[in-house]
Amino acid sequence: MPDALKNELLQLVTDAPDLAALEEVRVAALGKKGRVTGLMKELGGLSPDERRERGAALNLLKDEIAAAIDARKADLNTAHLKARLEAERIDVTLPVRPEVEGRIHPISQTIDEIVAIFAEMGFTVADGPDVEDDFHNFTALNFPPGHPARDMHDTFYLPDAGDKKMLLRTHTSPVQVRTMLSKKPPIRVIIPGRTFRSDYDMTHTPMFHQVEGLVIDETTNMGHLKGCLIDFCRAFFDVDDLPLRFRPSFFPFTEPSAEVDIGCSRKGGELKLGNFGDWLEILGCGMVHPNVLEACGVDSTRYQGFAFGMGIERIAMLKYGIPDLRTFFEADLRWLKHYGFVPLDVPSLASGLTR
Amino acid sequence: MKFTLSWLKDHLDTDAPLERIVETLTSLGLEVESVHDRSKELAAFRIAHVVSAEKHPDADKLRVLVVDTGTEKVQVVCGAPNARAGLKGVFATEGTYIPGSDITLKKGMIRGVESQGMMCSERELKLSDEHNGIIDLPEDAPVGASFAEYAGLNDPVIDISLTPDRADCAGVRGIARDLAAAGLGTLKPLAAEPVKGAFKSPFGVQIERTDACPMFVGRYIRGVKNGPSPKWLQDKLLAIGLRPISALVDITNYLTFDAARPLHVFDADKVHGGIVVRMARPGETLQALNGKAYELDGEMTVVADHDKAEALAGIVGGEETGCTEATVNVFLEAALFDATRTAHTGRRLGAESDARYRFERGVDPAAVVTGAERATRLILELCGGEPSELVIAGQEPAWRRTLTLRHGRVLGLGGVDVPVAEQHRILEALGFRTVESQADRATYEVPSWRADVHGEADLVEEVLRVHGYDAIPATPMERDGTVAKPALTAGQRRAVTARRTLAARGLFEAVTWSFMPSEVAGLFGDLDPGLRLVNPISADLDVMRPSILPNLIQAAGRNADRGFPDVGLFEVGPAYRDPTPKGQDLVAAGVRAGNAVPRHWAEKTRTVDAYDAKADALAVLEAAGAPTANLQVTTDAPGWYHPGRSGVLRLGPTVLARFGELHPSVLETLKVKGPAVGFEVFLDAVPQPKKKGGTAKPLLQLSPFQPVERDFAFVVDAGVEADKIARAAKGADKALIKDVGVFDVYQGAGVGEGRKSVAVSVTLQPTDRTLTEEDIEAIGQKIVAAVAKATGGSLRA
Repeated sequence: MPDALKNELLQLVTDAPDLAALEEVRVAALGKKGRVTGLMKELGGLSPDERRERGAALNLLKDEIAAAIDARKADLNTAHLKARLEAERIDVTLPVRPEVEGRIHPISQTIDEIVAIFAEMGFTVADGPDVEDDFHNFTALNFPPGHPARDMHDTFYLPDAGDKKMLLRTHTSPVQVRTMLSKKPPIRVIIPGRTFRSDYDMTHTPMFHQVEGLVIDETTNMGHLKGCLIDFCRAFFDVDDLPLRFRPSFFPFTEPSAEVDIGCSRKGGELKLGNFGDWLEILGCGMVHPNVLEACGVDSTRYQGFAFGMGIERIAMLKYGIPDLRTFFEADLRWLKHYGFVPLDVPSLASGLTR
Repeated sequence: MKFTLSWLKDHLDTDAPLERIVETLTSLGLEVESVHDRSKELAAFRIAHVVSAEKHPDADKLRVLVVDTGTEKVQVVCGAPNARAGLKGVFATEGTYIPGSDITLKKGMIRGVESQGMMCSERELKLSDEHNGIIDLPEDAPVGASFAEYAGLNDPVIDISLTPDRADCAGVRGIARDLAAAGLGTLKPLAAEPVKGAFKSPFGVQIERTDACPMFVGRYIRGVKNGPSPKWLQDKLLAIGLRPISALVDITNYLTFDAARPLHVFDADKVHGGIVVRMARPGETLQALNGKAYELDGEMTVVADHDKAEALAGIVGGEETGCTEATVNVFLEAALFDATRTAHTGRRLGAESDARYRFERGVDPAAVVTGAERATRLILELCGGEPSELVIAGQEPAWRRTLTLRHGRVLGLGGVDVPVAEQHRILEALGFRTVESQADRATYEVPSWRADVHGEADLVEEVLRVHGYDAIPATPMERDGTVAKPALTAGQRRAVTARRTLAARGLFEAVTWSFMPSEVAGLFGDLDPGLRLVNPISADLDVMRPSILPNLIQAAGRNADRGFPDVGLFEVGPAYRDPTPKGQDLVAAGVRAGNAVPRHWAEKTRTVDAYDAKADALAVLEAAGAPTANLQVTTDAPGWYHPGRSGVLRLGPTVLARFGELHPSVLETLKVKGPAVGFEVFLDAVPQPKKKGGTAKPLLQLSPFQPVERDFAFVVDAGVEADKIARAAKGADKALIKDVGVFDVYQGAGVGEGRKSVAVSVTLQPTDRTLTEEDIEAIGQKIVAAVAKATGGSLRA
């Protein structure tokens, strides 16, 4: 009898199509009024031996049925989950929700890189106004009155303010003057910023950016100037053996003065930086002229130092292969997206200047 | 400044190869721009003999030549009118590159007749502009020989870029002197013996203003015969790109380049009375030798006769008194003209010349007489004639000065140890004369041609550049400590952070001009007259920008025109209020236009609105460290914003930012399709956060009790600002109410005409016990009362 019942019940369990039917089977078999429970209740009327024997058999049956139900339940759950997941299928090839990541302009990125390198050498950043007067832009920098750079063709002038001739600074050098007038040596600053010259063609824009460097103390000499700029250029351009050539030159505010070339190759019309035998001019520098020190209230018999200036767009173009200066100022989205930098690419010497 | 190798060797005795000379020039600061060796470029061109010339069977103007190249006889079709049998000319075979026409010769059929090469014109060889016929050489020209060698073109032309201080190197002799000092040979002595005058000059010279012309040396030479100059002189001038004119003119040009000594020769028979150096008279004009007519003013110096101006001093001579083939008597001028005045005059008139180039840099004040004597010698040699005595007006300006060099300064300033003896040698080779010498210092007299040397630093530079900058050892910068200090101030850091914040929010950084058209700038506030450019590069860049926005709006418009209407741009840079150093503000400004959410399968498309701009402004302020929770929002944004859809973020009276939709009429004027929103954050106005003792943040105090959230909907007049309700609610119990958020605004059926419903969610955070329903009820009543008092609103039924 138990075998027949067992087979019948097990068949019912197997046949239960879903969890609800399975529960019905469980109640019908093992519930308070279930058939197995009913048989258990009948045990009381049996002799002790019969009871023991039959009780054991019934318990076995009960466990077997319960196990079968659990197993079936697990199967049904799995099948149910599977069916649900199947129903929940989405098209993962659809595009994600729109997110726009903006870009940092190459000029800002380049300035951040320059600052990162010079910070390492103990420089701080100084700034000054774009609208300057003749004294800070020229006179204090030892430009003689007839110097061509004061010419209307190069300098943008604004209406005179009283006896001051006002202009847009033609270089970042007036901030040298402002720094020396406001701060006692030792001085070690760089000055990135906007500069203006009345010139507009393939390779000139009326506004561009320069970074100026100024070091004033009692011992800095031209060897330090060379060391500083060699270290900077090699770090900035990421070329360990980049050769630099210092050539004598002339600037009113430095003496001795030099122009600096970096090594390059122009083979096949392609510009490559490195030790290839050809040269490309990138900056001007020199030891600060004693007249400039004196004009800024610095004792030229005690203090000395160097200054340099270079075009930010120019070195950005060289480093990042940007072909046309004028495109820097056009705010063309396609250009900004292509040549710009993602905001998390913060230049640092610890993580590498350039990704 | 151009010169040839052989010209250099007129002054420098040297065996150094060209490459070494070129390298040394650059290392001396005389940067070599190019070296042009025409013998290389013209190597393929040979002297050839035209054996016969027959008319082309099929063309009237063409001839068929048989040309003997020295190795073979070839057939050439030629169109030159002077092609004839017996002519010696210059032949290029097929495959030769023709520099003057930038082509490579191919074998060709010309009207059915084969041509195996070309007989060349001067223009085709880039020798001159002459193209009326082929080159016609003397009969004794050796057939088959290299034309370049025959014509003396195997003389490399060196072009150096001269810094404005090196007036002395505007002459070949100065360059030779530098090279000699650098050890590349010896400077040859210069023959400058005076020529004895045979008579007294019939012309006197009178200087009216010695500040404009300190010295004038003249000489009358009678009975000259002017004509073409000899080949050696023509070759020199042609090599550096000057056209030979006549012996008299060529001599002056030669000395201009040889000795940096500009000269002028007047046809004395056309000069009336004598020479006067004076200021031009107002309205006076001069027809110059360069073919131009100049109108002069009283600031310009002229060399005049007793009638009128005959030359623009130091720049260009006048046509009327210029020398011609017919000239018989001449008056030679060697003078000194003021550099600044010459430069000024030249700029005013737009007159460039080789003389001006030298006068504005400064001509050797001690070589005026020498210049006149050298010129006299050459004139006598090439044109004959008889010289007068010199006429000297004015005097040699005082140029003698001494400078002391402490020898230790070469190391102290220059960073390289140059032995004292070498310092001496270098300076003396450059023409400095030792006046006094001690162990640690020496005093030198500066040569007359070095007006650029003023102080000890200049002497150091002279020693360094001749010794070579390459010899200066590179020394690393000394460091104050191992770890560098921050390079940026808190204010500078803000600009960096603002940029990266805005870029992270999806905006693209632009860098735009600091200037803009005044009519556009005028839409963005009052313009300070002191910020209007006197000499703008163009009329649309004539004032300093009062705001960055117009540049960004126009850039957005340009991008839309290119097919990219959904634009987000920002710039962190200056806006200008007035021309004082404090009149420049650091502003972070941005513009968004088009769709904020583009068409997408999962999102609802939405155009940009004022809240996008507000979010940008707040993000920048937050990044800049502004107390954004305490900001007030007012609705008094300036006129370039939509009056009903814009706001100002402020701390009391201080405006930190403005944001909103841009005014439709501004967009229309700028021809940009809306909607577009913008913001301006004034980074300098953000107060610096107070640093109270160190870097520690205040201790985090976490409440063990759960926060409770309750929602309230208030009905208020439609004009009541949501911020007012939120603030009132928040103020109801400052200890318990942690946050108030607006989550719904509704206007329409059920709240009445002219009214709106604003729903806020209030977060209560107890710190000492769990709130009971009664507590919450009591606070709720306080909130309702506070909102009612502040706004007149009541709970929505």
